[in-house]
Amino acid sequence: MELTLWTYEGPPHVGAMRIAASMKGVHYVLHAPQGDTYADLLFTMIERRGERPPVTYTTFQARDLGGDTAELVKRHIKEAVERFEPKALLVGESCTAELIQDQPGSLAQGMGLNLPIVNLELPAYSKKENWGASETLYQLVRGLLKEKIASETKHLPSAWKTEGRRPRVNILGPSLLGFRCRDDVLEIQKLLGENGIDINIVAPLGATPADLIRVPNADINICLYPEIAESTCNWLERNFGIPFSRTVPIGVNATQNFLKEVRELLGMPVPNHEEEHLSRLTWYSKSVDSNYLTGKRVFIFGDGTHAIAAAKIAKEELGFEVVGLGTYSREMARPVRTAAKELGIEALITNNYLEVEAAMTEAAPELVLGTQMERHSAKRLGIPCAVISTPMHVQDVPARYSPQMGWEGANVIFDDWVHPLMMGLEEHLIGMFRHDFEFVDGHQSHLGHQGGLSNHEQKQSIEESQHNNDSDTSSDSLIWTSEGKAELAKVPFFVRGKVRRNTEKYARQAGCRNIDSETLLDAKAHFRK
Amino acid sequence: MSGVSLLKETGPREVFCGLTSIVWLHRRMPDAFFLVVGSRTCAHLIQSAAGVMIFAEPRFGTAILEERDLAGLADAHEELDRVVNDLLARRPEIRTLFLVGSCPSEVIKLDLARVAERLNGALKGRVRVLNYSGSGIETTFTQGEDGALKALIPLMPPTKETQLLLVGTLANAVEDRLTNLFKRIGIQKVFSFPPRQSTDLPAIGPGTKVLLTQPYLTETARALKDRGAEIIQAPFPLGVEGSQLWMEAAARSFKVKDSLVKETLEPLILRANKALIPYKNQLAGKRIFLLPESQIEIPLARFLQRECGMELVEVGTPYLNREMMQAELELLPNNTQIMEGQHVEKQLDRVRQQQPDLVVCGMGLANPLEAEGISTKWSIELVFSPIHGIDQAADLAELFSRPLHRHDLLNQKQLVHV
Ligand code: SF4
Repeated sequence: MELTLWTYEGPPHVGAMRIAASMKGVHYVLHAPQGDTYADLLFTMIERRGERPPVTYTTFQARDLGGDTAELVKRHIKEAVERFEPKALLVGESCTAELIQDQPGSLAQGMGLNLPIVNLELPAYSKKENWGASETLYQLVRGLLKEKIASETKHLPSAWKTEGRRPRVNILGPSLLGFRCRDDVLEIQKLLGENGIDINIVAPLGATPADLIRVPNADINICLYPEIAESTCNWLERNFGIPFSRTVPIGVNATQNFLKEVRELLGMPVPNHEEEHLSRLTWYSKSVDSNYLTGKRVFIFGDGTHAIAAAKIAKEELGFEVVGLGTYSREMARPVRTAAKELGIEALITNNYLEVEAAMTEAAPELVLGTQMERHSAKRLGIPCAVISTPMHVQDVPARYSPQMGWEGANVIFDDWVHPLMMGLEEHLIGMFRHDFEFVDGHQSHLGHQGGLSNHEQKQSIEESQHNNDSDTSSDSLIWTSEGKAELAKVPFFVRGKVRRNTEKYARQAGCRNIDSETLLDAKAHFRK
Repeated sequence: MSGVSLLKETGPREVFCGLTSIVWLHRRMPDAFFLVVGSRTCAHLIQSAAGVMIFAEPRFGTAILEERDLAGLADAHEELDRVVNDLLARRPEIRTLFLVGSCPSEVIKLDLARVAERLNGALKGRVRVLNYSGSGIETTFTQGEDGALKALIPLMPPTKETQLLLVGTLANAVEDRLTNLFKRIGIQKVFSFPPRQSTDLPAIGPGTKVLLTQPYLTETARALKDRGAEIIQAPFPLGVEGSQLWMEAAARSFKVKDSLVKETLEPLILRANKALIPYKNQLAGKRIFLLPESQIEIPLARFLQRECGMELVEVGTPYLNREMMQAELELLPNNTQIMEGQHVEKQLDRVRQQQPDLVVCGMGLANPLEAEGISTKWSIELVFSPIHGIDQAADLAELFSRPLHRHDLLNQKQLVHV
């Protein structure tokens, strides 16, 4: 039993819903009680979908349990098939139905329906949403293609050369409720098109069951989101010999590596010079204006794919210092650990947001890149933040085109990450100049109480932040004199945490208990080295 | 008996389960913690219904059952003890802990009453542990509050004194206002249940007259009656008329002079009716379809029809308690279609066929209907907003007129001279 106040991922059947709702012509009959219908709102509210997810819930009640729930399941299956006329049917159960073991999948298969039926077994008491999505895509592809395995001749990824056509690929993984998938797909299609590569199918987003049957016509697969598509790509490689690309093209470097990998897999000539920079990120990052970004401390937490990509961009392309890296995805723990190790830090693998918040506090970053929950935590701590991963709120699904992948994705990332830092800096300037006449007219800060503070409020907020941090530092009872506090108050709020920690560390080393302005300056000199 | 048509329908439903009530109950009683014993689905439901979370640690959570908990019930009990002890150690401010049953906990027959009893023994009154069901196989949406309140009743001290008890969660400001009005007509002893502090429970007994503020408290009303209280029959305090009848029923029961009641309420009624006019102008003649969710649908329909002039296409309700709804049903026009239960697909077919001007529905259905060109109002907003009482009538009407107003704004002619 695990006490959960908030969960990053939903149950696995929500993952199955993401696949069903992403596709066309697929319906999902879910053996589940009425409350589970809440999951519809994830799609209609967060993604603002104008269609209900294609899901029929059996909504059985306690009084049904004594009787024949199997009949109830069959009735719902029959009605759903008649009403929605799907081209493929997914049948499964949520946590409660798993316990009563009606086996709706087998029931459906015994009904003599004339359409492909995929029986989903998604263990609700051990697995979560992304796993459920991945398993559903895999089961669906397998279900639709297993008959074709034997008839396939040996797959040649470079067959396009002899067949006198452009190479073509499948893009696998983009789904609803994935982070910016809608725009990533467009960006990657454009990128591949410009490089002479055609798209065979995109799945699950926008695909029909008939499209899935055409999967083997592609020369290679692009595994765009490993959380969703890796198991499917693996199966297609094993059974159809279709190789797949593993590089996730988020960031300029990764996009270059992606193109190189795809070309190699397809047997296309790989230019021996570097891939052209088609993103502004590189120049923007180099420009003199970006000097102040140097060594910014950044804390990263999210799904595996986006967290790792963010860490690489932060370090290699923006010159940040990554002071924290983690994921809520157990399936992605290994690659995240490897990435963290390379950065000389330890990865945080947890589904507990309070642990993430504690680690964030401890790391004293200047920028947080995370999910909607890290945004809340960062806001409480007064640290600028950008959202880079699901779970997300409705405001993380912007109206404008804003991919994360490819050249334009890198542009978007530069803007999305640097903007909150700029705003943080502006807040500081506003704080510094708050006595100037331009500012006396009750400046409204976008951070609410954090920016443009009055002296009194500012003192209070320092005391608060000290209080909040007490648990991890004050075991040895250091005392900040009022003069020391006043000096600390002059430090910009977004580095204040770091300065405070360094000063306390120094004070401890130096064996002084009272921290005044001198200690603060000594510490500053000490850490400058 | 009025001439409404009471219909029933079964099929796939699109309704929240009783766990959802935690979203407003935990705000009403800040010294209580609601621990759902359930699955990741339950945890996900509450956080999705609660929406934005800006607070550091919420006063609700889920003890998520895992594979090994299902393997052995004995261990599940131990595990639950461990989770509760950890929680209470971490959150010393908690005075009342509600263990909330879910579908999984009920299907595996985890006896939360026994767990609560054992924990109560161990905690020796430091924290009171209660249990109720919020499961989707037993309860819908607002029925969760019914269960939580019923669980508190045995802890209410006895009294023989004559007093008025308002039952059902109200916004604090509305509660103050209503209490104050009762005092003005001479009913001095007015208490609320649930209280603002879980430990501050009102007393109950033969002298207690209960006035329900919410229509979904069937079990609570029954249990209060068992403690000797008298339930005052009245419509619910939504709209000017409903609130007036509701207050008058209480006044009669306390033998308050008619003239005093009239004197007190008349200026309020005049003012409220005046405030209603602009909304009435907008709503009159418009057709509304209410999908079942909160059980507030029938009183709302009565208000919208009688005071705002709306036409009722269909009034859904997840569950109909005829006795409790009697006074409301009598106020509805003949042939009003009341639909108990749901077949969501067929109901949506009727919505499309009837093309109402406004549909009251859950969050899962709102955008899809909007995309089809039908204006909607979220029913969940109605359980969060201060809508009770004469003074709130205009605010209540505004909630319904806003989507229509917006629809008009977005569909007006383009400016030609700019
Ligand atoms: S319907 Fe049952 S399983 Fe689903 S969220 Fe509600 S209590 Fe949990």
